[in-house]
Amino acid sequence: MGDMDSVELLETKFSRRTFIKGVIAVGATATATSQFLGRPGIAGAQTMAGSAARLITLRVNDQDRPVDVLPNETLAMTLRYRLNLTGTKLGCDRAECGACTVLVDGVNQYSCSMLTHQVRGRAVTTIEGLQNPDTGELSTVQQAVLEEGGFQCAFCAPGFIMSMTAMIDDNPNPTREEAAHALSGNLCRCCDYDKILTCAMRAAELARSV
Amino acid sequence: MAEKLIGTDIAPPDLIAKITGRAKYSEDFRADNMAFAKILASPMPHARVRRVDASRALALPGVLGILRAEDVPQRDGPREAVLTDEPHYEGEPILAIAAETEQIAAAAIELIDIDFEPLPFVIDPLESLRPGGPNAYSGGNLFSDDAWSEIKWTAEDFAEIDAGRMPNAEAVVEWSKGDVSAAFAASDLILDEVIVHQSLSHHPMEPRSNMAYWENGKLFAHVSTQSAQRTKYAMAGMLDMDPEDIVLVAEYCGGGFGSKISGSTIMALPAFFSRKINRPIMHRVTRAEENYIGRARPGFQSWLKMGFLSSGKCNAIDLYLVEEAGAYGSGDNGTAGMVADLTYTPQNMRFRAVSIYTNTPPKAAQRGPGGAQIISMMEPILDKAGRELGIDRLEMRMINAPDADVSFGPRDSQLTSVHAKEALRMGAEMFDWAGKQSLSGQRVGSKVSGIGIGLSPYTAGSRGFDGLMLISPEDGKLHVHQGIGNLGTHSIADTARPAAEILGLNWDQVEIVWGNSSRGMPRSSVQAGSQTTHAHTRANHAAAMDARRKIQEVAARTLGGAANAYRMDNGVVTGPGGRMTFAQIAARAIELGGEYDGHTLPDDIHETTVPAATGLAGKGLMGVAKDNYGGEGGIYSWVAGFAHVELDVETGVVEIKEYVGITDCGTVIHPRSLGAQVLGGSIQGMGMAMTQRWVFDPQYGVPFAKRLYTARPPGILDVPPNMSWGAVGIADPQSPVGAKGIGEPPVGAGAAALTTAVADAMGGKCLCRTPLTPDIILAELEGRTRAHGRLDMHVG
Repeated sequence: MGDMDSVELLETKFSRRTFIKGVIAVGATATATSQFLGRPGIAGAQTMAGSAARLITLRVNDQDRPVDVLPNETLAMTLRYRLNLTGTKLGCDRAECGACTVLVDGVNQYSCSMLTHQVRGRAVTTIEGLQNPDTGELSTVQQAVLEEGGFQCAFCAPGFIMSMTAMIDDNPNPTREEAAHALSGNLCRCCDYDKILTCAMRAAELARSV
Repeated sequence: MAEKLIGTDIAPPDLIAKITGRAKYSEDFRADNMAFAKILASPMPHARVRRVDASRALALPGVLGILRAEDVPQRDGPREAVLTDEPHYEGEPILAIAAETEQIAAAAIELIDIDFEPLPFVIDPLESLRPGGPNAYSGGNLFSDDAWSEIKWTAEDFAEIDAGRMPNAEAVVEWSKGDVSAAFAASDLILDEVIVHQSLSHHPMEPRSNMAYWENGKLFAHVSTQSAQRTKYAMAGMLDMDPEDIVLVAEYCGGGFGSKISGSTIMALPAFFSRKINRPIMHRVTRAEENYIGRARPGFQSWLKMGFLSSGKCNAIDLYLVEEAGAYGSGDNGTAGMVADLTYTPQNMRFRAVSIYTNTPPKAAQRGPGGAQIISMMEPILDKAGRELGIDRLEMRMINAPDADVSFGPRDSQLTSVHAKEALRMGAEMFDWAGKQSLSGQRVGSKVSGIGIGLSPYTAGSRGFDGLMLISPEDGKLHVHQGIGNLGTHSIADTARPAAEILGLNWDQVEIVWGNSSRGMPRSSVQAGSQTTHAHTRANHAAAMDARRKIQEVAARTLGGAANAYRMDNGVVTGPGGRMTFAQIAARAIELGGEYDGHTLPDDIHETTVPAATGLAGKGLMGVAKDNYGGEGGIYSWVAGFAHVELDVETGVVEIKEYVGITDCGTVIHPRSLGAQVLGGSIQGMGMAMTQRWVFDPQYGVPFAKRLYTARPPGILDVPPNMSWGAVGIADPQSPVGAKGIGEPPVGAGAAALTTAVADAMGGKCLCRTPLTPDIILAELEGRTRAHGRLDMHVG
């Protein structure tokens, strides 16, 4: 099976298990410590089986972004280290904390646990894509967080804000309990949950008034 | 002057950056030609590296070099180095590889041929204290006066321990006050308990990733750290270099909670490696690595004897703590003893402790170090006494909590202010303690309710640091130079508010300068021990008073009249001779020179403030001063936490239904941020009480709970969707601003509110152990034998 085949297989049916199998299938060192930051043309990146980067075009924050991507590269690493979109954070790199949450076709996803090749042809939105690039206007959720003074250390903030953005689209009239469930894939170690819920409720309120 | 800034909700100026993704944490910086480092970590709890063959790793295309223990400073004794050839815990960094990509570096680590000699290890301090028990270090289990020794308890001591009694064993720390045995003889009730508080990781959201590079002999270090100015000096010490040759960039910190106070040991790795191979080095720390090197709160194994009079007054405490010091030491026990004496005011107390090295990951202060543990351990015992004496549990706290005349600890320390009872009263009212009595033990289906209270003090201030600020001729704004770190508490902005008020400025006329040491940082406290709000509202107050005097003098010298006749408001000075804008004042200050623009500095500012102030001289009107306000006594804040829980007696799962936290922390600067500290800190305490712990395999000395899902910090569904908080709001009389810190005390309050509420749901039965995991609770409810010994540490 060639690299492209395995990637396309992944694209047709994504799950955490297929994600892991995909990483293994392309021959990466699948240990807890391994990361991939291969740049094209760097000797060594080629020495590992199947780790040649391919030029693909991603749709990120309403822009077409041509980018060289390894077959086993996660979306989080592509965003952070190739597209310099460092607003997406890596807190655990293993789907435990949600700091890396982005929207893929409007759905909140852990970008640490998606292969970049899986999002070809799909719309990726990161924290950098929420503010209106022409007017500088904040998104509804960002505005709500600003008004409520949300977050402390804020390392989790981009992930929470992306999940809130998906939430108000899905359920613009949540109770605090429902909002907590919608945001339960994100961890805040400062435990600022009470204020985060207040931000989410304000975001929903602003969304309803638009 | 109108109090328009103190006590209002103002979003911190960095919030827009935080919510748009523009805020740069240390791993978000890039340098040209940046290479990546990966570490090889010890697979054993104690070992010696016998042989390393890195030839295959170094031959891998793209590999740039190796950093070994011999490349970094090593010190004798239990003193952590960046890399070591004798690891004292599983996960300790042995060596590092740098490569063009992180993938290559990781692959090269796998190609290292390394041979370890396994050495004896111990993970439970009590095991190390047994006769003939193993030591964590080859030299012993105790290090003092720069030498190793061994402390072993006797077989008789362990016979007492095995019988469930406090041993009369040799202690390293010991103090007493009053007449303890006479007091116990006079007690109407004596409770004798064995209590275990387990160790738990800090796990900040941002792992301690760092990046560094050198240019023309200068080190540019991008560091994840709670503090800033002090971290620069810590880094200089580690590299043995002139601090002024370091540009420390620490704009944001993704949480520390005590684990990144002056940065961390590993922060020097990119600096050393970059110097060796002459390339910028990014070292990304993974979550699993963070679990090992990212610090943990030390656990306690303890014996507690508390005596009470029939009135409910605690009249005697005898407390013995065994502290797990990990690989590099820990001193939480001292504060634990102080906090016990402060909270229950027995007047007669004996405190003994040993802190024993173990081959477990390094321990460090974790939010409320010592205090949070002891409060979560002792509050259920106070409740037990209340039940036996027939006294309401709130009343027990009102009877025992200190008043303003308190004197506590071995040196009879005083406090600047204490309003613990006001916090209890406010909390009882907001929670409806009286009305909720009927919930206690009430069963609906399989769920039994319990209510609890935790009263928790902690240090909340320090004195004598410097403030530095500049009014710029270009914009007329006040630029407050902060040497404190931006660790998420908003103190980076909030401590500047008194300065703005003194100078009559609106908040949009203030710029906070922070996060880059080259921009000028005054001598600051570390951002730990909840010092910052108190210490730096004072320091900024002092510097603003200096600026105010200079503004008046510059105006008088320019326009005529008496200096003190000039008033300032909204960036304009008005007086007998007319008016000037702050921009004009700043330009005139530069013309006048001397002290006005910082060319002459006060004699009493700290030597490390001088280079920062000198670098800003001539750029505007400078306010610079040391906090000379003085004061006597310890500065402590308090939180009273009230919780209602439901314990499912079929599953052992505890659900938190309601929580109220009330603080005494002096004047409230920023209400919304304060509420976040009170509730966030309380929830951290709830995690400590309910879910978070280390679990070790005792045979091999390696941990099982390594990641967030196994160490389980609280998630958003673990807490009620509505929580309440409040503040007593009485100013501390010894500060010109009146504010005290708040970071630490809520942790013990949240933890103890749960340990007491769970005990209440179990009919007053104290499990005397944290965390209160469902299996431990169920075993107790079902009368089964526990799966572990009473004093065992590191169990699930």
